[in-house]
Amino acid sequence: MKKLIIAFVMAVVPTFGMAAGGGINLDSADIDLGDQASLQRGAKLFVNSCLSCHSAQYQRYNRMAKDLGMSEEEVKANLMFTTDKIGDTMKVAMKPEDAAAWFGTLPPDLSVIARSRGVDWLYTYLRGFYVDENRPFGVNNIVFPDVGMPHVFWEQQGMQKAIFKDVDGKQVFDSFELVSKGTMSTEEFDGTMRDLTAFLSYIGEPIQMERKALGVKVIIFLLFFFVVAIMLKKEYWKDVH
Amino acid sequence: MSENKGFMAWIDARYPATQVWNEHLADYYAPKNFNFWYFFGSLAMLMLVNQILTGVWLAMSYKPDATLAFGSVEYIMRDVEWGWLIRYMHSTGASFFFIVIYLHMFRGLLYGSYRKPRELLWVIGVVLYVLMMATAFMGYLLPWGQMSYWGAQVIVNLFSTVPFVGEELGIFIRGDFVISDATLNRFFALHFLLPFLLCAVVFIHIVALHKVGSNNPDGIEIKKGPKGNKWSDTAPADGIPFHPYYSVKDIAGIIGFLILFSAALFFAPEMGGFFIEHPNFEPANPLKTPEHIAPVWYFTPFYAILRAVPSIAGSAFPGVVAMGAAIVVMFFLPWLDKSPVKSIRYKGPIYKIALAVFVVCFVILGYLGVQPATPGKTLLAQICSVIYFAFFLLMPWYSKIDKTKPVPERVTQ
Amino acid sequence: MSADGVDLKRRRTLTLATSAFGAVGAGFVAVPFLASWNPSERAKAAGAPVEADISKLEPGQLLRVKWRGKPVWVVSRTEKNQQELARDDAELADANSEMVQQPSYCQNPTRSIKAKYLVAVGICTHLGCSPTYMPKRTIDGLPENWKGGFFCPCHGSRFDLAGRVFAGLPAPTNLVIPKHQYLSDTTLLIGEDGGAS
Repeated sequence: MKKLIIAFVMAVVPTFGMAAGGGINLDSADIDLGDQASLQRGAKLFVNSCLSCHSAQYQRYNRMAKDLGMSEEEVKANLMFTTDKIGDTMKVAMKPEDAAAWFGTLPPDLSVIARSRGVDWLYTYLRGFYVDENRPFGVNNIVFPDVGMPHVFWEQQGMQKAIFKDVDGKQVFDSFELVSKGTMSTEEFDGTMRDLTAFLSYIGEPIQMERKALGVKVIIFLLFFFVVAIMLKKEYWKDVH
Repeated sequence: MSENKGFMAWIDARYPATQVWNEHLADYYAPKNFNFWYFFGSLAMLMLVNQILTGVWLAMSYKPDATLAFGSVEYIMRDVEWGWLIRYMHSTGASFFFIVIYLHMFRGLLYGSYRKPRELLWVIGVVLYVLMMATAFMGYLLPWGQMSYWGAQVIVNLFSTVPFVGEELGIFIRGDFVISDATLNRFFALHFLLPFLLCAVVFIHIVALHKVGSNNPDGIEIKKGPKGNKWSDTAPADGIPFHPYYSVKDIAGIIGFLILFSAALFFAPEMGGFFIEHPNFEPANPLKTPEHIAPVWYFTPFYAILRAVPSIAGSAFPGVVAMGAAIVVMFFLPWLDKSPVKSIRYKGPIYKIALAVFVVCFVILGYLGVQPATPGKTLLAQICSVIYFAFFLLMPWYSKIDKTKPVPERVTQ
Repeated sequence: MSADGVDLKRRRTLTLATSAFGAVGAGFVAVPFLASWNPSERAKAAGAPVEADISKLEPGQLLRVKWRGKPVWVVSRTEKNQQELARDDAELADANSEMVQQPSYCQNPTRSIKAKYLVAVGICTHLGCSPTYMPKRTIDGLPENWKGGFFCPCHGSRFDLAGRVFAGLPAPTNLVIPKHQYLSDTTLLIGEDGGAS
């Protein structure tokens, strides 16, 4: 039922290319929001690696604990570094002035980044840093040219070089080539970034799984209602025909 | 009708409750041959109620303040119990309201519902459509996302192209030199006010409808036909009481519609960026324009017409005039159609082709309106814009020379 | 209207069934609208239990803590204060705290978990002013034998150091004692008692 509806909607509505990725084909993030273990790994990565510069100022810790199947004590002990109140939102430790001075721009809040950029973009972006000596942090990004963010996961991913090929006189991205190995294999790293992307998608709209579950119930109810309403209509319209 | 006794008699002596019920429902005779296209009137009312109810509830948590607006929407989406559902009912509801209205208007084009004696009914309807667009436009600013901001910027700047007074007019509308807190605040107030006006005009629309009676897919005036039916000796023979026959039919229609609405609401509330555009999840930033600005889908046909018209003598005003004219021309439709018949069922091939081409062009314009402009696309938009206007402006000519079929005396089933 | 060949029973049943579906559906729709009036997650977070550090609270001192937007007092009662709580019951309106203005574990002579500390919501039970802490008789409005307590400047209600209201004054009941618990000897959690009540 659910699949049918989704298929129907997808067929009828051509999904527009989300925020343009500079003509780069985005890799499918293929996340599974029903996989709580993946979301928990993503959450851990998020608070350790992202939350020092980026906030998620609309996401509450206690909501995350509930939705991701963790106890509040667990979250308090392992995932909260900027506050001790479980009902607080994910504010950033860094002062905005410092951030603006360091990166040239304020690191954006990530609460709804998955909704403005799309999960495929995020997944490609997170894996798309490459060596570029002309940039202040020595890296550039394939879907976000001249990005102000350093390559946070360079230890895990290693550093890669972007190979461009010449198509009709234009330099077009072809592939990446690893120049220094990281602590993770490519598969491991992709999986880790998938976890992070899944978590970002979750905080983008914490209700989304419940929303779909409720939708199925509502539509089943309406279908029964529809049958009865049509029977009523047919019964009355016997007078007319 | 027998006189009521007891409580209803007490009421009726003071307020015409039973009389209104009979005149507009139980003894209101509507043609018996309504088809699928006749659901959209009641569905539009349903959506108006939905928008007002959810809108008032959103206003209980929303903050019309440039520094707080974006956050208050996320607050509704996350922190307010069930706020997400109420918000989606409103945002998805807005798009569905327009879908319903466009189909309702298309019904008018199909069956000539704007023809005498329903000219005023049609004109009031176009007034409703314009009011709806104004309401929707102001509402779209409220989430204070990038598209809200830059969309409003572009639309308000349309007024700035008016020769001589434009600049001042733009500043007057915004209450500032850019879209700002003042603009947001007044748009919120107006977004709350206009629906009251909408309700009043809907009431007038229905009063007008019940004065002239409904048209039908055959375009036959049942009031002019023979009298006497199962229910009354004086009512039109082809009429049936609205209640219970059309009330039960509309209930079924409403439930069917709600199934589709729920499918969108629960499974694709953003509709892939059509109902809520992706850049609108970024807070408004006056210093950074999104890569590509497009209005929400229900405005895009007109936006495409606007962009199709080149600047003349360094002024974008002609485009604005064209866009305005595209809406204004709808008011004149009742007097442009010179065909001897109303319904497409009895009209000739020319009108059928004209209407089909018009609809295709309208959809193409809608599509082009969300796309970035390229020379090829601009040319296509220009062609479609010309066809859009030709459909209306050439109607007096082609509707007259069209070969029509004879209209039967009585409605067909 | 003629009823020839009309199955009125079926018609009634179907009308009833449709109405029932409609009523249930309307009920479902009403739930989100009504539930949205409940305190939001933000309000709940702001109203969450608060911790108070009482390690620096000297005997005789009062500490004000904000909980759910209201002042909560923590008073460290001196030995003398504690003894003086056993006063003539007739002076008080509800000396034995029979009205439920406190969790069950505070329905005792000191109206507290520990005899030393009073924890009370600092809102007068008359019309909601916040009374003033009066450890000594410093103003004329207080009786000659004042042994410390609270005085409401709005309408003159007086409370003793267990938050009990004196008889014959505008305030009808004793001060409210919020749910609370001691996390350690020096840390108090106000707003939650771990299910002790």
